[in-house]
Amino acid sequence: MRRIMAKEEVCIGCRLCEVWCLVQHSESKDIIKAFRKEEPRPLARVHVEEYGVDSFGLQCRNCEEPDCVYSCISGAMYLDEETGTVQHDPEKCVGCWTCIMVCHRGAILRDERRRRIAAKCDMCVDLEVPACVANCPNEALILQEEGAEE
Amino acid sequence: MRNYKYLIIGNSAGGVGAMEAIREIDKDGPLAVISDEEHHVYSRPLISYYLADEIDYDKIFYRPLDFYEKKGIDPILGRKVLKIDFDQRSVVLDDGSNIGFEKLLLATGGEPFVPLIKGLENHEFFNFITLNDSVKIRERLARKNRGKGVGNRGEGNRGIETAVVLGGGLIGLKAAEALTQRGIHVKVVELADRVLSPVLDEQGSAIIQGVMEEAGVEVITGHTIAEVTGQGTSVNSVILDSGEEIDCSLLIVAIGVRPRVELARDTQIQVNRGIVVDKLMQTSVPGIYACGDCAEVYDFITDGFRLTPLWPTAHVGGRVAGSNMAGVEKEYVWGTGMNAVDFFGFPVISAGLINPPDGEEMEILTRLDEDARIYRKFLIRDHRIAGMVFVNQVDRAGVALGLMREKTDITLFKDKLLRDDFGAIYLPRQIREEINMAVA
Repeated sequence: MRRIMAKEEVCIGCRLCEVWCLVQHSESKDIIKAFRKEEPRPLARVHVEEYGVDSFGLQCRNCEEPDCVYSCISGAMYLDEETGTVQHDPEKCVGCWTCIMVCHRGAILRDERRRRIAAKCDMCVDLEVPACVANCPNEALILQEEGAEE
Repeated sequence: MRNYKYLIIGNSAGGVGAMEAIREIDKDGPLAVISDEEHHVYSRPLISYYLADEIDYDKIFYRPLDFYEKKGIDPILGRKVLKIDFDQRSVVLDDGSNIGFEKLLLATGGEPFVPLIKGLENHEFFNFITLNDSVKIRERLARKNRGKGVGNRGEGNRGIETAVVLGGGLIGLKAAEALTQRGIHVKVVELADRVLSPVLDEQGSAIIQGVMEEAGVEVITGHTIAEVTGQGTSVNSVILDSGEEIDCSLLIVAIGVRPRVELARDTQIQVNRGIVVDKLMQTSVPGIYACGDCAEVYDFITDGFRLTPLWPTAHVGGRVAGSNMAGVEKEYVWGTGMNAVDFFGFPVISAGLINPPDGEEMEILTRLDEDARIYRKFLIRDHRIAGMVFVNQVDRAGVALGLMREKTDITLFKDKLLRDDFGAIYLPRQIREEINMAVA
C-alpha cells in the first residue's frame, strides 16, 4: 500500500512536482520534448493548491475506503489488487464526473485533451519513488509504504 | 436443494457492492447471484454511451469477465426468482428449483414506469433502463439504413428522422443526447415546466435546456403525450395534450423508474414505496437485506429513509449490506441525493437539497456567469452545507459534498465556497491536514 502525503508547512509552491509529474506521464520522459514537442501536452496528475502563503501538492491519497472506486459508473476506477492502489483505466472512462463528485479531497482532474475523461495520480507504481516525491526540493511530499496488504 | 451462505438477487451496482464487500471479509463462504438478465454484470448508466456509439459493446461491462470466477461466486443468470419461502429460507426460481440461503440480499432495482397513453401499447416503443433496451434501439436504428437503400419510406420500415423522448429527466436527456449524436432529430416532451427538475434548480435547468437546444434537441415542457398513432406496430406520430401532433418514427418512454418490490410485497417484509430497511440495510426480516433502487435507504440530509435510485448510493449501500451479511457491522450513512452527469460537454453535479423545502428559510449562495454558463449554488442550514449545484465548473465538487456529509461548520470559509477553485486549500488547517493526511 503506497500513499503520497503533503507536508504543507514546508511546501514553497514551486510546482516542480507538477513539472516532473508531467514528464513522468509523457511519451518521451524528456522534459524539453514533453513540454515543447508532445501534442497534446502531457497532463500533470498532481496540482499545487495555493491560497495566500499556504500551498500543498494535491494528488490521490489512495483512500482506504475509495469512494471514487465505489461510485464509478463504468468500472474505470478500480482497486488494483497487486499494488493495493486506486487506479483509473482511461479506456473505460466515459467522463461522467461521478468520481469528482465523491472525492472529498478534490484530487481528481478532468482530462479534456482528447476524449473528455477523468484523470488521476497513479502513484507511479512502476517507480520506486513517485516522480513528485523524488523531485520535491523541500521534501514537502512524502511517500508512505506499508508492507503487503492485510 | 442448493444452499448458499449468501444469496443476492440482482446483478447490478448494489449486488456487486455486496459481493465485493462479502469477499473482503469472507473469502470462501458459498455465494451466488441471481438475475433475470442474462448478461455479465454491466453498467446501466453506460447504455446511453453504447447507444451513442461512444463505447463498444465490450466496454459496457462493469467488472472484468472473470469477475465471478475470481471471486468464487456462482452466477445464476437469466433466471427469475418467483418468491421467497420464509419458513424454509429459500427462493423459488422460474425453472421450479429452490435455492436455500442463510443471508439474502434484495438488490432487485427498478422497473420503468409506463403511463397509460392511448395507443401506446399497440405500438413499438422503448424503455431506456437495460442493456437490452439499448440493443433493441440500436437494432431499430440499423433497420433505417436498409430501408433507405431501397427508398422505402412511408412504410413500417421507413428511416428514422425524428424521435420523441417522453421524459426530461436524467434518463430521458441522456437518451436524447445519444440519439442526437446518432444524427437523429429528437424532441423531448416533459410534463414539468422544466427539464431535470429533481436534479437541478430553475437556473441550472435553464442552462442545460439551452445546451440541449443548441445541440439540436427540441424541448417541449409543460406537456405530455395524449395519444400515439401509427401503422401496424410502427409509430407514425404522437399527439400531445395540447393537440399538437409530432411526426416521429421512434418513441422512447423515460418518465421514471419505480422500485421492483414484488418479491417483498404482501410478505413479512415491510414495504412502503420501496423495501424498508434500517441503517444496517436490513429489512424487517432478520437476515434479509435490501439495497439500491428497490429500497428506501437513509439520507443524511433529510435524516430519514427514502428512495435514492442512484448508482453510487446503490453500490455503497450494497457494500454496507454485504459487510453486515458477513458479520462485520456497518451503518449506511453515506448517501443523499447526488448526481453527476454530462450533456454535450457540459458537466453538472448536484447533491443534497436543490431548493429549500417548503416553508423553510435558508441561506442561499449563488454565482452565475451567464456568458460562460457557469452556475454554482449552495444551500446553507445551521451553518452547514445542505445542498449544492455545480453547472459547467465541477472541479473539486467532492470537497463540498464531503463537508456536507461531515456536517462541517462552514462559517470560517463561507465566503470562499463560490470560488471556481474552491477546495481543500480554503479550509481551516485542521480539516486541511485531515485531507492531506500530512504527518504532524
